[in-house]
Amino acid sequence: MNLHEFQSKALFKDYGLTVPDNQVVSQLDQVDSALKKLGGDRWVIKAQVHAGGRGKAGGVKIVDNKKDAREAVSNMLGQRLVTIQTDAQGQPIDQVLIEKPCDIKRELYLGAVIDRAQQRIVFMASTEGGVEIEKVADKNPEKILKVSINPLTGIQPFQARQLAFGLGLKDDQFKQLAYLLNCLAKLFIEKDLSLIEVNPLVVTKAGDLLCLDAKINIDDNALYRHKDLQALRDITQEDPREVKAGEWDLSYVSLEGNIGCMVNGAGLAMATMDLIKLHGGNPANFLDVGGTADKERVAEAFKIILSDKNVKAVLVNIFGGIVRCDMIAEGIVGAVAEVGIEVPVVVRLEGNHADEGLAILDKSGLKLTTAKGLDQAAKDVVTAAGLKSK
Amino acid sequence: MSVLVDKNTRLICQGFTGKQGTFHSGQAIAYGTNMVGGVTPGKGGNTHLDLPVFNTVQQAVDETRANVTVIYVPAPFCKDAILEAADAGIELIVCITEGVPTLDMLQARLVVKANGARLIGPNCPGIITPGQCKIGIMPGEIHQAGKVGVVSRSGTLTYEAVKQTTDIGFGQSTCIGIGGDPIPGMNFIDCLELFEKDEQTEAILMVGEIGGSAEEEAAEFIQSEVSKPVVAYIAGVTAPKGKRMGHAGAIIAGGKGTAAEKFAALEKAGVATTHSPAEMGATMKQIKLL
Repeated sequence: MNLHEFQSKALFKDYGLTVPDNQVVSQLDQVDSALKKLGGDRWVIKAQVHAGGRGKAGGVKIVDNKKDAREAVSNMLGQRLVTIQTDAQGQPIDQVLIEKPCDIKRELYLGAVIDRAQQRIVFMASTEGGVEIEKVADKNPEKILKVSINPLTGIQPFQARQLAFGLGLKDDQFKQLAYLLNCLAKLFIEKDLSLIEVNPLVVTKAGDLLCLDAKINIDDNALYRHKDLQALRDITQEDPREVKAGEWDLSYVSLEGNIGCMVNGAGLAMATMDLIKLHGGNPANFLDVGGTADKERVAEAFKIILSDKNVKAVLVNIFGGIVRCDMIAEGIVGAVAEVGIEVPVVVRLEGNHADEGLAILDKSGLKLTTAKGLDQAAKDVVTAAGLKSK
Repeated sequence: MSVLVDKNTRLICQGFTGKQGTFHSGQAIAYGTNMVGGVTPGKGGNTHLDLPVFNTVQQAVDETRANVTVIYVPAPFCKDAILEAADAGIELIVCITEGVPTLDMLQARLVVKANGARLIGPNCPGIITPGQCKIGIMPGEIHQAGKVGVVSRSGTLTYEAVKQTTDIGFGQSTCIGIGGDPIPGMNFIDCLELFEKDEQTEAILMVGEIGGSAEEEAAEFIQSEVSKPVVAYIAGVTAPKGKRMGHAGAIIAGGKGTAAEKFAALEKAGVATTHSPAEMGATMKQIKLL
């Protein structure tokens, strides 16, 4: 689960980190009082969306009077921001963060992530902050400093020294970085995060370290033990079909193609998409219907797939391990009858009670094509979508 | 021969009397697996599925000499269950449960390793040596004792791979579903190493997925350490790049993780790859066995 910048910064503050003074507004009439609380005569106005690349997309403005501040907020609220990290529709802006600016001397990068290869939390730092850090990692990997945290001992002072010396920090800044790393490591572990990013971490002209931006991603599997974080979820930032699917424990991702897919298991779902592509078609979605595909969930899955108007045909591919294919077949028949599906549907059932399942489908009188084998099913659905199967 | 489990395996189940534990233990027993008991705290002393129930894994090990455990307890309790099994001296811990927090696994796998035990999973179908020992949620009937070692990050896609090796008449020595979580217990390399040493295994079928760099690391290992023929399929050629919030994940991946890169790494290591999930068996049939 992603957090907004203002939510991440609030967590940073809770853990003793320094962030710029800020106020969040969701309505234009809140701007004046926010500016008054912050004081000063210059402010940074930042659109709150779950995506990076906001600066270049016009989602960050610096203003030096109240009128311009109101105008900047007014231009953002209720709009959608399209950045290099969003799709063409962009993300809705329902909140705007207003901050006091700071005098920047240096911009550093600091991040923490779970490194699958090392099986550790890894902290990364770079002197090349504020820019597209991926390019730095690609062209000058030596400029990314890394330390990995042993989960049994936590971050150690020597690791703070490695990063601080690597960044060329001295004296008080050195101590500040060690403190900051400790706070971030504590936050990462206590809140079950999967990513923290501070880009940039600035050194102010006064010589202090300040977290100018904040990104946090939380491990969804651990949300059950963080009621406080659950409340921070903003579903308006998520794909509505994916949210709907999630309510039924279905895993759905919409894609560009026109062949809808309903499969049990994530690996088999991806493999099914690959095979459709291999035969000249284009999958419209990834959908893992999970292990307990009863009638209700199959019906919901069909509804979600068909809410994408590009879908010209649907492939159902179920390998019954523990789930019985005859029960799935009944689910499909019930769902097709209930939802009233007009596009061609190709069904491939394999495994547990597959023959009985296929017999139920054949006898149903519904316009379903049953296919023997994975390859045939993919070919059939590509043809059914009006394309020439390779 | 086979790897890790066979007819002499002495299996217990943690979460034995729960819905999942009961159903899948019943299936395992019906398959012929040598189950010797189960653990459900507070229900020790009872009998379930004609087997003794214990309050702790230590009691179960003391009484039954169990050496392998399968875990079906809910995700919030998996770390504790894994640590308890490792502490009791269990050699192989198979955790089927999905949704285990990543940070729990970072710690648990270190402790398992320190105890000299092995962990399969979490979020996996389990391990099966056809005709001898079924541990997990896979359908037993699609398997056939034979010569292909199967290792996979997926669930149902593993069944697809297994069925295809059964259909071509090769059968399987042992099938290991290592699970799709970011922090798994055993990885591809651990399994490849075992299959390389196993006499019954004549060829290896590896089923990977996009994300992480486990397949690339496996490719390097195959090149230097594996003499047996390996066939591989990677799912996710068409999968879109994950939506991401920051750049840190992309940095750490270092450009690795796409299906194309994984295929390329495996092909460079001399692995026979197929881009069609329907042709894993056919590809296996074409390779020359030693």
